[in-house]
Parts: sequence; C-alpha cells; structure tokens
Amino acid sequence: EISAPWTFHNLQELRHSASLANKVFLQRDYSDGTTCRFQTKFPSELESRIERPLFEDTVKRLNIYYAEAEKMGGQSYLEGCLACATAYLIFLCMETRYEKVLKKIGRYIQEQNEKIYAPRGLLITDPIERGMRVVSLQLLLLLCVCVCERETDKEKHKDR
Amino acid sequence: MKHCEYQQIDPQALSTPTPTLPPQHAVVQEEKKGETARRKWEVFPGKNRFYCDGRIIVAQQSGVLPLTLGLILVTTVLFFVFDCPFLLKHLTVFIPAIGGVLFVFVVISLLQTSFTDPGILPRATPDEAADIEKQIDNSGSSTYRPPPRTKEVMINQQVVKLKYCFTCKMFRPPRTSHCSLCDNCVERFDHHCPWVGNCVGKRNYRFFYTFIVSLSFLTVFIFGCVATHLALRAQGGRGLMFALQESPASAVELVICFFSVWSILGLSGFHTYLVASNLTTNEDIKGSWSGKSGTEDTGNPYSYNNIITNCCSVLCGPMPPSLIDRRGFMPVEESSQTVATEVELAAKNEINVCQLVLCLSVFVCMAHHHPPLGGQLSGLCSVLCWLMSKCTQGTKDLLESASRSPCPQAGKPQTVSTSCPDSIDPADPAVTFNPDVTSDPVAVPSLKCGGRHHSHTTSPPDEPRQLHHHHNRHHKTRSARSSSKRAALHISNPAYNVSLSPPTSPGLGPSHGTGAEEHVRDSFATLH
Repeated sequence: EISAPWTFHNLQELRHSASLANKVFLQRDYSDGTTCRFQTKFPSELESRIERPLFEDTVKRLNIYYAEAEKMGGQSYLEGCLACATAYLIFLCMETRYEKVLKKIGRYIQEQNEKIYAPRGLLITDPIERGMRVVSLQLLLLLCVCVCERETDKEKHKDR
Repeated sequence: MKHCEYQQIDPQALSTPTPTLPPQHAVVQEEKKGETARRKWEVFPGKNRFYCDGRIIVAQQSGVLPLTLGLILVTTVLFFVFDCPFLLKHLTVFIPAIGGVLFVFVVISLLQTSFTDPGILPRATPDEAADIEKQIDNSGSSTYRPPPRTKEVMINQQVVKLKYCFTCKMFRPPRTSHCSLCDNCVERFDHHCPWVGNCVGKRNYRFFYTFIVSLSFLTVFIFGCVATHLALRAQGGRGLMFALQESPASAVELVICFFSVWSILGLSGFHTYLVASNLTTNEDIKGSWSGKSGTEDTGNPYSYNNIITNCCSVLCGPMPPSLIDRRGFMPVEESSQTVATEVELAAKNEINVCQLVLCLSVFVCMAHHHPPLGGQLSGLCSVLCWLMSKCTQGTKDLLESASRSPCPQAGKPQTVSTSCPDSIDPADPAVTFNPDVTSDPVAVPSLKCGGRHHSHTTSPPDEPRQLHHHHNRHHKTRSARSSSKRAALHISNPAYNVSLSPPTSPGLGPSHGTGAEEHVRDSFATLH
C-alpha cells in the first residue's frame, strides 16, 4: 500500500473529490409488493472491485432493515392507533419507528463505507437520498484529498 | 481544494474554455460562504408551493380548500352560537363537547391532508436517468419520443406492468402515478382532491380518511342536533315556522348539512370499501384489478385478502418518511447535477479529465519541491495512472500517453514545470519560454517528463536541456467534444528550439499549440 501523505478525512470529502466517478445502480425488487427491497443481483461492473459475498451481505442487511421499518406488527399498530387518537398531532413531536430505523440504516451504510467499500474505491449512497428507488454505488477514481489543516475536523468527525 | 501543501494551481488560471467551470466555481464559493445556501424546496421541479421555509407543501392551485374550510367553520360556529346554548340547557353538556372534539378532528386532519407531502417521488438524477436509458434502448435517437416504455415485474405471482415516466425519467414503482396538476409522481396515488387542494397518496391517505370520516360524523351530528333543536322549539304545537323564525341560523345549518351529508357519507362509504380491499381510487376507476380490462384472473396483488389486515395496513401502518427532503440544503454537486444536461455532463467529464491531469502534474511538481516524497509520489503517480486507465474510453488515449511518459524522479532540479515559476531561472538558456506560450491563456500544467523524456530526443546528454511543454487544452466547442472525447495534448516548444539540430527533434516542429492538433499528436506519438 502506498503511504501517501494524503489521507481520507471523511467520506464527505471523498465524495467531493471523486471526479471521474462511474455509478452502478441497484434497482428495487418489487416481487414482494410495494415494500422496500433491493435486488441482490451482483452487478458485473463490481466484479473486479469487491467480493461477491461482502456485497450481497450488505444488500441483504439493508433489505432486512427496511423490512423491519415497514413491518406491520404490534408496535406499528399501536403507534398508528395512538396517532389516530391524537389526530396525528403526535407525529409532530415523536419520531416514528420508520425514522428510527432509517437513522440506523444511515449509520450502517456509513460504517460499511468506512470499513469495506472506501478501501476498495467504492462508495454507497443511502437510498433515502435517491427517493428509495436505487442503491447507488460510486466507483471512485481519484484518491487524494487534502492534508493536515483538516486534522481537527477529523477529530470532530470521530467524536460524532 | 482547500489548503493544500502543494502549490495550488488555480483552476481558473487554466482558463478552461468550457463555460460551466467558472459558474461551478462560483457556486462552490457561494455554498461555502453559507450566505446564499439554498434549501431543496427552492429548486423543487414540481408545481408545488411551499410555505414556512419548506415545512408546508401545497399544490399549485389551492382549489376549493378555502371553500371547504369556510363551510366547515361557518357551520360549526353557527352551531355553537345558536344551537348549543339551547341544547345545553335542555339536554346535556355532552353535545357541545362532542361537537367540539369532532370539529377539532376535522380541522386538524384537513390541514394535515392539505399540507403534507402525499408521497412525492423525487425525480431521477441525471446519472440514474442515463443508466435507465442505457438499459432500455441503446440505439434510439434522443430527438423523437419512442413509444411508452413498460417494464414487467412479478408481484405476488402476478404480472404487473410498470410504466416509464418521461417527466421524472424513471420507471414508476407499482401503484405510483403521475399527477399532472402537481407535476409529480406520487406513491400509491389515490386522486388529486380539489376540496383539499393536494394530491392524496401514500403518506396522507390516512389523514384524508380521518378527515372524511370525522367530517361525516360532524355533519350528521350537527344535522341531528339542529333537527332536535328545532323540534324542541316547535314543541307544544307552535309549529316549525315559529321555530325557524326564532332561530334562523339553524335553517342555514340545516341546508348546508343536508346537501353535504349525502356526498360526504357516500365518499366515506366508498373509501371504506377501498381501504377494506386495499385499493386506490385510481386503480378502482381504471379497473386495474377488477378484470374489466384484464383477461386472466387479475386479482389485487396487494390485498391481504383479509379486511382487518387491509384496514390496519392502510390506516395503521408505519408512516413512511417524506422522500423529497424539502428542508435539506442543496449540496454542491447536486446543484450542478440538477442543472447539467447530458451535454454539459459530458463537458464536465472533460473538465474532470483535465483536473485529473492537473492533479497529476501537481504531484509531479510536488515531487520536485519535496524530494523526500518523490519516491512515494512516483508510486502514487503510477497508481493514479493505473486508476485513470480504468475510466472512460474518452480519456484512455490521454492516459496512455500519460502513463507512457515516465514519472519524474526525485532530485532532478532540471525538471522544472512552468507551473512553478519560482523555480525557474530565467537566465537559464534552457528555459526560455515561447512568448506565444506564456501569453497563451491556456497555461500550463505540464506533464512532467523529466530526464528520461529527454532521452527521446537524439540530442547528446550534455546538450542544454530542453523543455517540453505539454499543454492540456479543453476544447471550447462541443463539436470538438463530439469528435473526440479527449483533451488534446499540445506540444509547444520554446522559441529557442531552433538551436536544436533539426534531425534531433523531427517531431518537435514549430507547433505552438494553437492549431495543428494532429500534427502535434503525431509528433507526440513519435516521441514514444
């Protein structure tokens, strides 16, 4: 590995400096209805970049999270009935279960990017930013960002 | 790029001919200042209107929402003012209480239906649209509109056709429809309700249902109470006319309630049926699943075949989030993406090519300035070359030549770049700039091909070193881009190269980087 003087400071910077990026899109899988699921088919463009089991694992995990968010069980019915009883005003003050799971998904994707995908020159975009239509993977080509001046930012990011 | 260790080359000094770069640069500056940072709702492409800094979303025309609100308010106020005191006295206190609760429910659910995002799907980004286009059809021309595209998917062992939305540039998910009034694709689209002034879709259907059910209760309640009131007044043989004279407002309420109760009750009943069978108004009207238009058994693939489960899933299911993120700030790349057309995107790629080459040359410059890093940088350089070789065909030629040009070696002070003017000794006869070159606005990151490159010339090693300036130039016109998607390499020679014996540098003709591309390319090719 080349020990270049430049390091990644955060993935946001990485995203900004990814100039010539090709994108691969994973479309939705509607075989189960309108619930949110993504196709686990391994795209051919990623063959040289990442191992298939890792990729499939990530997508399956995402599907599990989305299924959990949309699950209709006791808790969601309780939430729905309570909301109806309060004329849905409760949505103004309470965070719904869906939103909680979405945050969990955001953290999961961030973690996957840092651990697995960025070292391989890939970047997964959270589907919520694309209207839950696609999971987009950015193939990164440019690796360098800037130095030292951002060390403090890196510390802040770690603390977050 | 933020504060970097290496000498920064101002991209504007490159004077890239492509017009999009300076505005992008300006946008970046703007975003960084934060003064004119824009929220996403400000650039929302649909025909919606936003209030309270994006918190409230309504359709373009409010329709008859004011009328709806007005009627409800007027009727209820009249009820409380004229009928409630009598009924309070003669009957029970619960009447105004129930009326009050129902009224609150009606108004809140109405406002929520009107002001909530019904489930608008954000339009496809240009990358996505291009990817989908690629999958559909590679040969069609972009000027004429091909026949409607459909994609078939299997949902619960049933074939469902997904249509392609030309406005939003994506295949609509199942049960999604494009509302022409709002110019948006809405998930689980039910209908566009003018009474409410908004579309009714996945996210606000439960509010809408609550609204019409509570409104029908309220209407029936008021009608009943007013009738009771009049009946009580007319007791004792005094007659209805006498009662009406005593309380004329009740007559108004009666009329309003009488005419609205049928339609509202009818609507509630209809929607209760839809909820129980997990259908949308859109599907019901079109007869998607009733078999009218279909041939084989077209049952509803989304129904759970159980009334209670259907009701629960529609009304009590988890509340999906708004996908359009109205109050988020526009990120820099997105703002440039939303305005980029296909052509501009290609131009942007061209810029990226040159930025890459620029970066490469900058690394090289750094190698010169910081010899200890030279080894690392040469390694990094080769990695970059490899990486760049993985990218689009359009840049492959550029990259092939770049990769062939040997990477600089550390500690070679003679490998001087024109981008590091402070290191150039003007007195050095080897470093004489062609005045045309320096005045050329398209300056001068040089792909440094150091000592080894010199060996390509047949000049003896003790000859004064020559500088080969490799200029990158963007093509101003898009026609140039269409002809060859590459940044041409120009080789420009310093004026003094007349001192070179002609046989030594046959390729380095007196091309000064202005025209003569092919000549230059050939000459470059001969060098390798």
